[in-house]
This record gives sequence, C-alpha cells and structure tokens, in this order.
Amino acid sequence: MNASCNGYPDHVLVDVNGRVREVEVSDTDMLVDTLRERLGLTGVKQPCAMGNCGACTVRLDGATVYSCLVLTIECERATIATIEGLADGDHLDPVQSAFIAADALQCGFCTPGQILSVRAILDETPDATDEQLIHGLTGNLCRCGAYQHILDAARLASTRSLDEDGANDAA
Amino acid sequence: MLREAGRPRVDAVAKVTGRARYAADVHVAGQLEAGLLRSRRPHATVRSIDVAAARRLPGVHAVLTAAELGEMSWYDGQSSMLTDVARFTGDELAVVAAESHAIVDEALALLHVDDEPLGHVTDPFAALDPDAPLVHDGEQSNQLGDTDRYQRGDVDAALAVADVTVTATYTTPAQIHHALESHGAMAMWDGQMLTAYVSTQSIHDVRDGLAEALHLPVSRVRVITEHMGGGFGAKQVVWKPTVLAAVLATRTGRPVRLLLDRHGEALAAGHRNATRQTVRLGADADGRLVAIDADLLVGAGAYTVGGESSAVEGPYQYLYRCANVRTAKATVRTNHGPAVAFRAPGYVEGTFALESAIDELAVALAIDPIELRRRNLTNVDQVDDKPLSSPDALATCLRRAAETFGWDDGGDSDSDSDTDPGDNDAAARRRRGRGFAAHDWVGGKSHPPAFAHVALTPDGSVQVVTGTQDIGTGTRTVLAAVAADALGIDVERITVALGDTAHGLHAPVSAGSSTVPTMAPAVHAAAVEAHDALLDAAAEHLGVGVADVKWTGTTFHHPDGTAAELVDVLAAIEPRRIIGFGRAEDASADVSVRTFGAVCAEVVVDVDTGEITVVRVVCAPDCGRLINSLLAESQVIGGVTQGLGFALSEHEVIDHRLGIVLNANLEDYLVPTMADRCEIVHAAVNRPDEAANSLGNKGLGELPMIAVAPAIANAIYDAVGLRIRDLPITRRRLLDAVAAGATP
Repeated sequence: MNASCNGYPDHVLVDVNGRVREVEVSDTDMLVDTLRERLGLTGVKQPCAMGNCGACTVRLDGATVYSCLVLTIECERATIATIEGLADGDHLDPVQSAFIAADALQCGFCTPGQILSVRAILDETPDATDEQLIHGLTGNLCRCGAYQHILDAARLASTRSLDEDGANDAA
Repeated sequence: MLREAGRPRVDAVAKVTGRARYAADVHVAGQLEAGLLRSRRPHATVRSIDVAAARRLPGVHAVLTAAELGEMSWYDGQSSMLTDVARFTGDELAVVAAESHAIVDEALALLHVDDEPLGHVTDPFAALDPDAPLVHDGEQSNQLGDTDRYQRGDVDAALAVADVTVTATYTTPAQIHHALESHGAMAMWDGQMLTAYVSTQSIHDVRDGLAEALHLPVSRVRVITEHMGGGFGAKQVVWKPTVLAAVLATRTGRPVRLLLDRHGEALAAGHRNATRQTVRLGADADGRLVAIDADLLVGAGAYTVGGESSAVEGPYQYLYRCANVRTAKATVRTNHGPAVAFRAPGYVEGTFALESAIDELAVALAIDPIELRRRNLTNVDQVDDKPLSSPDALATCLRRAAETFGWDDGGDSDSDSDTDPGDNDAAARRRRGRGFAAHDWVGGKSHPPAFAHVALTPDGSVQVVTGTQDIGTGTRTVLAAVAADALGIDVERITVALGDTAHGLHAPVSAGSSTVPTMAPAVHAAAVEAHDALLDAAAEHLGVGVADVKWTGTTFHHPDGTAAELVDVLAAIEPRRIIGFGRAEDASADVSVRTFGAVCAEVVVDVDTGEITVVRVVCAPDCGRLINSLLAESQVIGGVTQGLGFALSEHEVIDHRLGIVLNANLEDYLVPTMADRCEIVHAAVNRPDEAANSLGNKGLGELPMIAVAPAIANAIYDAVGLRIRDLPITRRRLLDAVAAGATP
C-alpha cells in the first residue's frame, strides 16, 4: 500500500475477477466508480448512488455489497467479483442460464446485480426457499417489474429444481 | 403461429454477462463529465450566478449559465435551456464540464446563486385558486389553454331520467418513471459528425432535435442507442441533458457525458400527471349506461415537453356503449417539473376513476361487475363513428380473465389458507376480496413511416436492418423471429441492426405500443421479398422452375434429387446480393384500431394494520397475434407490477408550503420490490387483428398496467366494504377509511 501526502493510500491492490490489479485511488472514490471508470467493468451500474437500488451489487470477499457505498481505499487486498467474471469463458453460470430461460429481465440494467444476488444466496443456501430468495432479493430493484421471472430463475438455478426434475434445467 | 414462440431474447447473453452497452457505459479517451446546477427554489428570479471560483478550479473545462449559453429556447418556447427564471425546484440554471465527476461536483458547489424567491404553487388542485401565484408571469391564470370539452347526446337529460346514478371524485398522484438508467447522453464530434450515445426511445426525434438546437443539418448528427435501461415514456422526446452534452462537446472540443443523477431524474425528467376526476354515471335498472359525465383536472407542471398528451378523457368516451357522454378537461400549470407520457398516459388515470365508478354502479344495482360490463360493450368507436377493427376483442378479454381467475366459481385461490385456523382474531381481521376492471387504449397500432432491409450475406447469415430501437421490450428478438419465419431460416442465423440513425432507415419513436405493429409488418415484407428472390436465385442455379424448388432452411431441393446449399446459391449469384425491402403498413381508414384488456385481482386486507396483500392478478390483454409468448408474459408481469406500485405505494410527496419534493430518490419513493410482487397470470388472448395490418399484430407494452389499480381498489371494496378513491391506497389511507367508516 502506497501512502500519499495526506496519509491515505493512493493505490490499492485488489483481486478483481481473479486478476490482481493495482488501482489508483483517491480517498473519496467509491468502488462503483473505480470498477466502472478505472477498470472498465460497466456491467456494474450506478442508478442511485445511495444504496437504494442494488444495480451496483458486487461481491466483496464473497459477500454482496452495494459498491456505491463502499470506499475503494477500504478494499486493499480484497477479492471482488463482478458480473463480468461470473461466466467461465463462453460457459455461463447456471444462474445466468436460468435468467435467460425464465426471461428474468427486460431492459437488463438491473440484471447484473440481480444475478450476483441470486448467486450469493444460492452459494450460501443451494436449496433456498421462496421466502429466503424473496428476502435476499428485496434489495435489488427492477423497474421493469420482472420479479416473478427473477424468482422463477432463482428457483430454476437452485437445487430445488434438481430435486423436482432430477436434472437442473438451467445448468 | 410462429415457430419461435417462447424463445429467449436474442440479446439475453449480452445482458446476463454485463456486456450489453448502455449510453451511460460509453467511455472514450479524453471524455469529460458534466453536471447540472438546479434551482433550490420552486419559483425564483436569478439575478446572477458567480462562476469565477468554479472556473478557476483545475480540471474544469466549461461553466455555462443562461448568460454564457445565450438564447436557446426550450419547452416549446416557454423557457430556455438554462434559465434565469426558475419555475420549479430542479429547474436547470447552469452546467459544468470537467475532467471527473468529483471535479464537477466540487465546481457545482462553488457556484453562488443570487436569486429572489417568487410566490409558488405546487399543488395542481390549488393552481386555479384565485389567489394562486402565476407560474408564468403575464398569463391570465394557471390553466393551460382552454378547457378541452367533448359532448355527445344530452347528458343532463339522461341523468335526470336514469334509474340509478353514481357520483364520486377520484384522485391519482404524480407517478415518477424512475427508469434505473437515468436520462442522459455522451456526445462527441467525430470529424464533421456530431455523434451522441443517448438513452432514448426515439433516436430519430433526438437526432432531429439536436440538429435543430445546434443549427446543423440532420445529415451531420448521428444518434445511437444500443441498449436502454428503461424509459416507460419518459425518454420519448429530446431532453436537455442530451442537447447540453452536445453543446459542451462543441465548446470544449472534447467528448462530454452528461447523465442525470437520481435527484435530477426524479425532479426534472417527467412524471405521470396528477389528476382529479369527478365522475357521474347514470344507468337504467338493467345496468345499461345512459350517461357518463366526467369533470377532469390534470396537473402538467411548469412546462410542456410535447410528449405528455394525457388523454384522461379517453376511457369515458370510448370504453362503453353510451349515447350521452360529456367530458371537460382542464390542464393546469404548477411550479413542478414537466409531465411526460408514462405508460398509457391518461388511460391509466382515467381507467382508475371510470372503472371504480362502474364498480360502484354494480354495487348499487346488485349486478355482478363483469356482467354489468358485458351489458355495456360496444363494437363501435363512438367518437369517430367507425367500426372497431376487432369488435369482439374486449368481450374475449373479459371471458379469458374471468375463466382464468375462476370468477364464476367465487375466485378465491385458496380460501383462508393464510390465516391460522386456530387464530380467530387473525381470521376476523384479515378479509379477502376480489375485483375486476376492464380497459381500452388508443395505442397499439402502427405508426408509419418505417422501413426495413433484410439482406443475405455470402456466409448464409441474415441481417435485418431497421431504424427502430429496442427499449428493453424485446424488439430485436421479435423482429428476428418475424424475419426467420418469413425466410424459413433458423433464427440463430439472423442478426438485427437497430438503434443507430446511421443505418438511414426511418422508424418512429418506440411509444404508444406501436413498435411491433409498425416494425413487424415492415420486416416481414422485406423478408418475404428476400425469400422470393432467394428462391428465384436457387431455381436459376438448379436450372428448374421456381415452383419445383423445395427450401428446407439450409438447402434447396429439386424433385429430381438434385440439391444446392444456401451458401452455394449465394456464391453462384455473386456479385449480386439478395436484399429485401419492406415498409410499415397503415390500417384501413374504414376501421378504428384499438386495444383492450381485462384484469381480475384478489387481495387480503388486514383491517387492524391496514396491510393490503395482493394475492394474485390475472391479466388478459388484447394485443392481436402474439409473436413470442415468453416475452409477452414478461411484458404482462412488468406492467402489472408497475400497476401495483401505482395502486398501492407510488406517489411523489411535496411540501406545498416550501414547494419542494420530499422523496426525490429511490429510498422514499416506493417502487415495488421483490417483496411486493404477487402471483401474476397472463391469460393470453392471441386474437389476430387482420384489419390492423397483414400480420394481425397490435402492441402490448402499455396494456397490462392500465386496469390494475381499479381492479385492486375494487377488490379492497369487496374485502372490507370501503371505497378508497385516492391513489395510492396506502396503509394510512386504508386505516383512515376504517376509522371514518363504520367498523367494516
């Protein structure tokens, strides 16, 4: 960590989608701006800048966070995962496939945040109930109102669909 | 029916991987950021703005106020691009361009405004009071133009002899679109071409607006919208941020991005008009309507933007057969941001009041609410005196909604399963009800002119080219399916180019549910022309008559056993290429093309806590022939969900004394969340309207929202016997009604 004259670091080391990056940072930079403007990861959206909508959701050391509320200088040596790192090359994550199959989107602007939230819930609870899914997704707004299909996609990507059908349709 | 019926959208992979690019995501070398200084007061004269400190700030490239910008008329001449008379909290006073967002914010904070407050009125229902301050100095009153009056028959005489009358006043609030992608643009000069990446529903209107504002020929302006993060009507006109980005790009010589923040988006980028509607209905003892009278007041905000046509009177004039109808609509100005169309503008508001009043009439007559509506259906457009293009569509919607909901079986999905049978208190306070509402809509028909090319490339792929834009509804997917069907080629081989004025093919704004009925027939015609040319080329290549050629989608077969692959035929005709051309169709002038729908809702109301739970909504919209059932279902659940917000939670809260909006953000303005959703069922009608166009397509986008709020309000009445006539029906309003009425 390098220190600038005001005592704050002017660079941070972060692991973003499996790649270690040294990023220039000022003491007021929010993580959403660092990801979008410095690293070009524009799948992270910034509709509200005050932690209301969830479209800037990323995973910080595994936990979902609103990246518009996280200071980049807090992220030294953190592991950050964005939507751009979820698929393995052309092989989509089952949650991404489920969003396509269930048409869990319209304009697509909130979709990266929705997908990362579903992924995080299912990582913790692979057979999450509807109640758990709804609770976990209430912080991600969708103004197109695709919630019913988003819930369908989350169910499809959960192991509940494995239990019911013997095969995970989304995988 | 098309073979591609439930296929996923063609741009889904781009959207689930974060690769879909929106205007906000465009970033080029040397790009500046920009931000706006907004009036803190609802009405004020700006004496001066001190820009010296902001200009000295390192990294600042431009600071413009009304004085520096010079005259640039805006809002149809009612104001200027940057104004020295602020007429609403949020009116644009100055703009800054700088190296970063942080510098923009710092510079905006350094601008010192010396302004003089003027009297204000923000409540549309008080705007016509004799002592209300004038929004525009020098005008006679705050009413915008004359009262819009319509009359057929003799309403007073009919009401005097009606067996039953209902009179009630309803209000609907200003609803904010709050698309998650805000309004804005990135503008840059690319040689002699001004290129703007814009979040818009109409690349051509924005191109023309930019050209006019900057005094450029349209041939020197290019507008691109690859993907758009929601619009719902608010992005159907050219807005200030787009023009200012272009002005700043011109003045600084750098690419400039100007995006509204959420606060600006809430204050100054449009909203659904607030309304007050006093309705009188008269009917005979059998429930036949003999008179409809509606006195309407509509709040327009301080300015009109040209896209706000709010036909609140429409449902009263068109929906039911009635010989005696009178509407009077007064539109008023207030010190508030301008209204703009929001998904079925006017009809969402008007249908809430009319369909609530019809429900009140059904109660007064003790007639089933769906039966009452059946008795009043019309097969005629009574305003233009023309037959409807689909005269039985609304009857079909009524039947489909009722059947799917199980209306005649009582309609309870699962009676009382939500209450603990051992808890008598809970059972007593949680009341279940069901409600119904119908609607029609002036939109859903084609808006020519629009054009399409369908071109085959030597590798056997197909490019569909149009000048429309995909605003998130699935236009790319639908047009690919239409082309695939007409060509007999797998949809995987088709790409759709749109959202770029450089393609040179005109298409109208994506609004009024017009995109599918406009563009699908154009693409279909182009694909048919390409298909026919392809078969001619194959016949020539095989040396046989075209009637003998059998086309499988990859191969041309001759009855004698010879065959040719698609790519071989395309190679054989080189350097000729196959390009089909198509244009949008206009409906016959002899019929009136309208769209319809019906909604059944089931609710549970807790009379102790005021909690309203919408259990399920069944929605049966008439959009003509369905092209993709999966995407249609997405439109239905999205429209119904926005209707839930309009019914139960969404309203702008204004401190009328201070003239400021208290919930100009997504924290306090309550759009529906995952926790607010309910079970939504699309009761598909899929009834081709062959008089609308040769494919029988009409639009769907706006329909599913229109009748949701009245269906829910009527279900609440059914549950607790309380008629809430003001939207949104919040817990507070419900509990006030409980307290005011006898214990339900």
